[in-house]
Amino acid sequence: MTDAASLPNSNAEAGTDSQVIVVTSRSSVSERVLSVVIPVFMVLLAIAAWQAHIMINQVPRYIMPAPLDVVNALWTDWGTLSPSLLVTLRITLMALGLALLGGVGLAIILVQSRWIELALFPFAVILQVTPMIAIAPLLIIYMPDTQSALLTCAFVVAFFPILSNMVAGLKSVDHNLLNLFELYGASRWQTLIHLKLPSSLPYFAAGLRIGGGLSLIAAVVAEFAAGSAGKGSGLAFRLLESGYRLNYPRLYAALLLLMATGVVIFALTSLISWAMLHRWHESALKREN
Amino acid sequence: MRHVSKLFSNGTLALKDMSLDVHRGEFLSLLGPSGCGKSTALRIIAGLGAPSSGTIDWPSSQISKKGLPEGDVGFVFQEPTLMPWQTVWGNVYLPLRLRGVSKRDADPAIMDVLGSVGLADFTKSYPRELSGGMKMRVSIARALVTKPKLLLMDEPFAALDEITRQKLNDDVLRLWRETGITVIFVTHSVFESAFLSNRIVVMRARPGQVYADLPLITSAVRDENYRTSEEYRATTDTVSRALQEAIMRGAQAK
Repeated sequence: MTDAASLPNSNAEAGTDSQVIVVTSRSSVSERVLSVVIPVFMVLLAIAAWQAHIMINQVPRYIMPAPLDVVNALWTDWGTLSPSLLVTLRITLMALGLALLGGVGLAIILVQSRWIELALFPFAVILQVTPMIAIAPLLIIYMPDTQSALLTCAFVVAFFPILSNMVAGLKSVDHNLLNLFELYGASRWQTLIHLKLPSSLPYFAAGLRIGGGLSLIAAVVAEFAAGSAGKGSGLAFRLLESGYRLNYPRLYAALLLLMATGVVIFALTSLISWAMLHRWHESALKREN
Repeated sequence: MRHVSKLFSNGTLALKDMSLDVHRGEFLSLLGPSGCGKSTALRIIAGLGAPSSGTIDWPSSQISKKGLPEGDVGFVFQEPTLMPWQTVWGNVYLPLRLRGVSKRDADPAIMDVLGSVGLADFTKSYPRELSGGMKMRVSIARALVTKPKLLLMDEPFAALDEITRQKLNDDVLRLWRETGITVIFVTHSVFESAFLSNRIVVMRARPGQVYADLPLITSAVRDENYRTSEEYRATTDTVSRALQEAIMRGAQAK
């Protein structure tokens, strides 16, 4: 990774040994403004087209609600939707947190020895390839309550990408740097903390972004499969319930909340990976030519 | 380093019965065709991979459990081998950090060594912001920050352009003179070895062995003038001839 990154630089800087490359932002202010305005404008345009379609063709609300109906439902049904949003959020974030802990932890254990990896990896793969929606009903039976079953489902789905990314990251440490650490008599623990973990941060970031998105999807799918009702029900239940009642504005409102949650999770995980990598890693840097 | 000798042979026979004494304060170049085992020899001296037979005898008694005199060896690899997530300062701090030296205690030594390689103004830069030659300087600074008695350099400037390389050669010589450190410098360049060293060990390949041991006694100051001097030319001639013979021997053995 390091070598590939350094080559273009060293060529460009041949012989001019005492210069630093000054990273300047090429994009002008107007470009930056446009990069915000264009996507926002397109989304608004699409929503306007939707509203117009409903109004012009007089589509009944029980077939497809207009954007204004959805906003209205969001406002009036907030009392019903917000507790469900919190339930879904809680399951998603707890699953993601557990998946991060478990994925990184297990990855560290797996790379310690080939035998441990051989012994444990099959289980990780089996868990991953088994369709979660198929085992969700079983988990409902085995788990003490619905919430923990949902949490387990979301965890299993989010866990694997984080694990496999971390294993790849911990294994692709620059061999020369490993030699260097050995040369200076670094302990296993020091090598892990100062070399292996920082050098797998890009892989961790990839796992985090995938895992973050998947944990929300899994939390919703699991609730669809498991079914839940009453006070502890999440947004997936509200979707089903609104569907049965032909309350489509509320269904769309619940959908909107899920989408917003997904976008926020994506933005947060992207922000975290940017914060970890922007000083040094290619994936978070602009090209300099 | 009064008396370092080693004697080994390994599976692929990269080195066979190679013996070498290195004297304190020497600037020794290991010169040879590629594949003659000069890097292998250097790595074994550094303790990266044990010899399959033979031993390395260190003069001092402070030998760690890995068979290395602790803190006495600095190593510069072919590539700069810097941690891209650390600043220049952080990279040079590494050897001290691994020994448990606190940041505050390490700072004077780090600033000192960075100053001596001309990078005092770049402590907060990240490796990707530096040119190839500057990265190499950081790598040298990292090797020197522990104030080692022996500096091992494994073709450190092979990937650099000629101008940068000459400049770094000048710097290495200056550091060697200033610190009185013992240097073992692996290279495949006749000119580099003739310019830098006061002893050149020419190696032959298949199996890797010492072919010739050429002490260079010169009183000349090694600077720009030395590069164009008659003495330098004569030295490179001698060394080139020895290297040529070593390569021929290797080819015959094959």
